[in-house]
Amino acid sequence: MSVRMPAPNGTILARRREIVEALRRIVPGEGVVAEATELKPFETDGLTAYRQVPLAAVLPETTAEVAAILSYCHANEIPVVPRGSGTSLSGGALPLADGVLLVLSRFNRILEIDFDNRCAVVQPGVTNLGITKAVEHRGFYYAPDPSSQIACSIGGNVAENSGGVHCLKYGLTANNVLGIEFVTIEGEVIRLGGKHLDAEGYDLLGLMTGSEGLLGVVTEVTVRILQKPETARALLLGFPTSEQAGACVAAIIGQGIIPGGMEMMDRPAIHAAEAFVHAGYPLDVEALLIVELDGPQAEVDHLLAVVEGIATAEGAVTAKVSQSEDERARFWAGRKAAFPAVGRISPDYLCMDGTIPRKELPRVLAGMRALSEKHGLAVANVFHAGDGNLHPLILYDASRDDELSRAEAFGNDILRLCVEVGGVLTGEHGVGVEKRDLMPEMFSEDDLRHQQRVKCAFDDKHLLNPGKMFPVLHRCAELGRMHVHRGQVPFPDLPRF
Amino acid sequence: MREIVRAAIAEDAPLLVEGTGSKRGLGKPETGLANARRLSLAECRGVTLYEPEELVLSARAGTPIAEIEALLAAHRQRLEFEPMDLGPLHGLASGLGTIGGVLACNLAGPRRIARGSARDHVLGLTAVSGRGEVFRAGGRVVKNVTGYDLSKGLAGSFGTLAVMTSVTMKVMPDVETEATLVLRGLADDAAAGAMAAAMGSSAEVSGAAHLPYAVAGRVAEGALGREAATLIRIEGVEPSVEARAAHLSAGLSRVGRLERLEGEASRALWRDVRDVRPFADGTDKPVWRISVAPTRGHELVMSLRMAAAIDAFYDWQGGLVWLRMEAGEPEADLVRQAVRRHGGGHATLMRASEAARTSAPVFEPQPDALARLSKRLKDQFDPAGILNPGRMG
Repeated sequence: MSVRMPAPNGTILARRREIVEALRRIVPGEGVVAEATELKPFETDGLTAYRQVPLAAVLPETTAEVAAILSYCHANEIPVVPRGSGTSLSGGALPLADGVLLVLSRFNRILEIDFDNRCAVVQPGVTNLGITKAVEHRGFYYAPDPSSQIACSIGGNVAENSGGVHCLKYGLTANNVLGIEFVTIEGEVIRLGGKHLDAEGYDLLGLMTGSEGLLGVVTEVTVRILQKPETARALLLGFPTSEQAGACVAAIIGQGIIPGGMEMMDRPAIHAAEAFVHAGYPLDVEALLIVELDGPQAEVDHLLAVVEGIATAEGAVTAKVSQSEDERARFWAGRKAAFPAVGRISPDYLCMDGTIPRKELPRVLAGMRALSEKHGLAVANVFHAGDGNLHPLILYDASRDDELSRAEAFGNDILRLCVEVGGVLTGEHGVGVEKRDLMPEMFSEDDLRHQQRVKCAFDDKHLLNPGKMFPVLHRCAELGRMHVHRGQVPFPDLPRF
Repeated sequence: MREIVRAAIAEDAPLLVEGTGSKRGLGKPETGLANARRLSLAECRGVTLYEPEELVLSARAGTPIAEIEALLAAHRQRLEFEPMDLGPLHGLASGLGTIGGVLACNLAGPRRIARGSARDHVLGLTAVSGRGEVFRAGGRVVKNVTGYDLSKGLAGSFGTLAVMTSVTMKVMPDVETEATLVLRGLADDAAAGAMAAAMGSSAEVSGAAHLPYAVAGRVAEGALGREAATLIRIEGVEPSVEARAAHLSAGLSRVGRLERLEGEASRALWRDVRDVRPFADGTDKPVWRISVAPTRGHELVMSLRMAAAIDAFYDWQGGLVWLRMEAGEPEADLVRQAVRRHGGGHATLMRASEAARTSAPVFEPQPDALARLSKRLKDQFDPAGILNPGRMG
C-alpha cells in the first residue's frame, strides 16, 4: 500500500451528518447508506490491497437524482467517487474518507434493443454479459469481454475503456460505444452521440471513455451489438521457447490473419492452469499459444490450415485443433482459470497489466526473469499476444512482512520495462490508484499537464474521483498560466501525495 | 513548430493550420481575421516508423495519405477506416489530403459502419497546443488505457486545440479479395430494409450503400446505368467471400434482382461512393453530410424531398445521407429540423460557397451545456484563441 491518497478534509468529515441528510432529501428510503457496518462492503474494489470506508454511499435511481447529488456536492465542494460493480483492478472505485461514493448499481435496466440499427441502449449498471444475454436470442452479442464480464457494469467499462481477449479484431469499449448520457460535476446532463455515428464537435465521447470517473458520471450507454460469428475454432500450440511462440504470432499477423483471440501462457502459468482445470495442456513446453479463429465456417476452415502450417514452420511441438465446441471450451478453460489457478499455488498474487510491442516479448520475458531473481518472487505470465497486452502475475505472501511491498516494487519495475521497450503502463485495467505514481515514467510534465487540462475543462475543482490517475494535482488556475519560460520551477507548493 | 505557435501567441496573430489546404472549403471561411497567417504542415512529411508485423505506422502530420496508402499496399496492408478524399467534391484533384488532415476532420469511408472511423484507429500523436507547449498522447500499441485518450480528443477538432505534428495509426492487413452484391431497382425504404438485414447477418458485410436511380449512373463511369443500386460489400479470403456471398444472395435475391461485381469493378464503385463522386460536379451547390440512425435515413430524405429540390444517396447502411441542394441554398434550418424529427443526429455542410458557409452554421449547433463544455476545452488548450479561430462554427 505504497500509494498515498489525499489527506481527508476535516471540515467535510465534521459535516457528515448534515451531508447525509442532504443526500437523503435527494434519494429517499434506503438509497443512502451511512451506517459503518453497511458501508463496509463498499470499502474496496477489485484492488483489495487498498481499503477505505467512504463518508457515505448513495444509490440513485434516476438521472435527475444523479444530477441533484452532483450539483449538491459541487456547491459544497465534497469529493465524489463513482462506482459501478466495484470490479476495478486498479482501485478506480476506491472510496475517500471525505467523499461520497456514488453507486450506479440501481441503474440496471435495458432501455431499448434495436436490432435493425444493431445497438442497445442500456443503463450503466447493466452488466457487460447482461447485454449479450439480452440480445443473444437473435444471435447478437456485445463484443468487448473483460474477464469480469459476469459482474462488471457497462458504465464501469466506459469509465475504464475495458478490453478483453478479442480487442485486436473487435476493438476496446471505445470502439463499441455509440453514445452516452452523462452528468457533469455541476449537475448538467449532456448527451453525446446516439444511434448515429461520429457526433461532431470535439470527441468528448472519446475523452469520456477511459476517463476513470474523473470527468463525469455516465447514466446511459448506447452500444454496438454484433451478429455472433458463424463458428469459432481454436488451436492449441506448444513451443519449446517463448521466442518461437512470439515469432509464430508475428508470422500469423504478417500473413494478414487477424484471429478473434490469440493468447499466450508461459511455463509457470501453464503448469498452474493444468493442475487446476486439467485442460490437457502440454507440460513440456515453455510457451503455449491459443489461437482462436472465428467467422464464417469456410473462412475458419481455410485459416486453420494456414495457421497450423505457420505454427509448424515456427517450431511448434504441439498443435491441436478443436474438433468440437466442448474441446474449444476446454482449450480456453485453462487460460480463463489462469488467475484463480495461480491463486491456488500462492497465497496472494498481484496482477499487472502492461502493453508492449509484440516483438519485444522475448526481451521483456528475459527482463522479467532477471527482476524475479532480484526481488526474490516468482512470476507467471499470461499474455494477450494479439494486442501485446501482458498480465504478469506476481506471486507473494501478504502474511510475510515485506512481501507485498516487494511485489509492488517488482510490479513497478515490470511496468517501467514495458514503457522502456515502447509500451504503456496499462492496457485495460486503468491507472487508478495502482499505477498513478508511475505516470511520469511514461509521460512528460507537459504531457500530463495537457491531460489535466481536460480535467480542468470538465471539473475544475477536482471533485470527481480525486487522487486517481494523476500523481500531482495541479490547481487549474496554475495550469492556466502560459508556460513560456523554459526551466521554470513547476509549482513546488502543489500537493503531492 | 512550437516556436511558430509561441510567436503567434506573442503577436496575437491567429494561425490558419492546414496540411496541403485541400480541405479549406470545409468549415467556416477564414475571412475577416486580422493579422492571420497560414501554417502549412505540407513540408512536415514522411513516414517515420512502419512495422507491418506490429500493425503500426507513424508519420509526420503532413504526409500525404496517398503516400501512406501506397506504402501500406506494398506490404498488403491498409488503413481500415477507408479515409475519404474530399478533393473531388471541392473541385480539386484527388490525393492531396494528408494523414493529419484526415485525423483533424475525422474522415472515414464506407467501411466506417463496420470498422470505425479515423478516431478508432489512431494510437498516439505529438502536437503543439495553443499554449505553445509540445505534448505527446497515447502510444504505439493497440491496447492502451493510460490516461485520457487525447488522441481521440484531437480527432475531429479541425486544428482548433493543437497543431498535430506526428500521428501513429493502427493499420490492418489488406484483404485477399472482395465482391459487391448489387440489388437493382429498389425504392429507398426497401433498400434500407435489405441493408439492415445484410448488416445484421453473420456475413460480416463491410459496406452497405444505396444509390437511388437518379444517382446510380454517376458512379464508376456509368457502369451501373440509371437504375437504383443497393450495394453490399464482402471482403476477405476467397473461400470465405464465396460462402458469404452465396449465403447473402439466397436472402437478397428474394428482395430484388441481384448482380455481382468483383475485384477492380467493385473497388472502383466503392471509391466513388466514398469520395461522393455523384456530387463532384464542379459546382458549389451545397452538399450536406447527414448522420442519423441507419433506419431513419430514408425517412429523412423522403420528408426533405417534399420540402425542397434535393438529390441524395446513402452510405453506412442508410445512416449517412449525402444530400445536394439543387436550388443552391443550403436551407440549414429545414435540414436540421428534419434531422431532429427523425431521431436526431447531425448535419454538416461539407460544401458550399463562402457566402453560404458564412451565413449558415457549417456544423450542427450544440445544446447549451455541451457548447459550454466544448468552449472550456478549447480555452484550456488554446486560451488565446489563435488556432483556426471560428473554424468549427
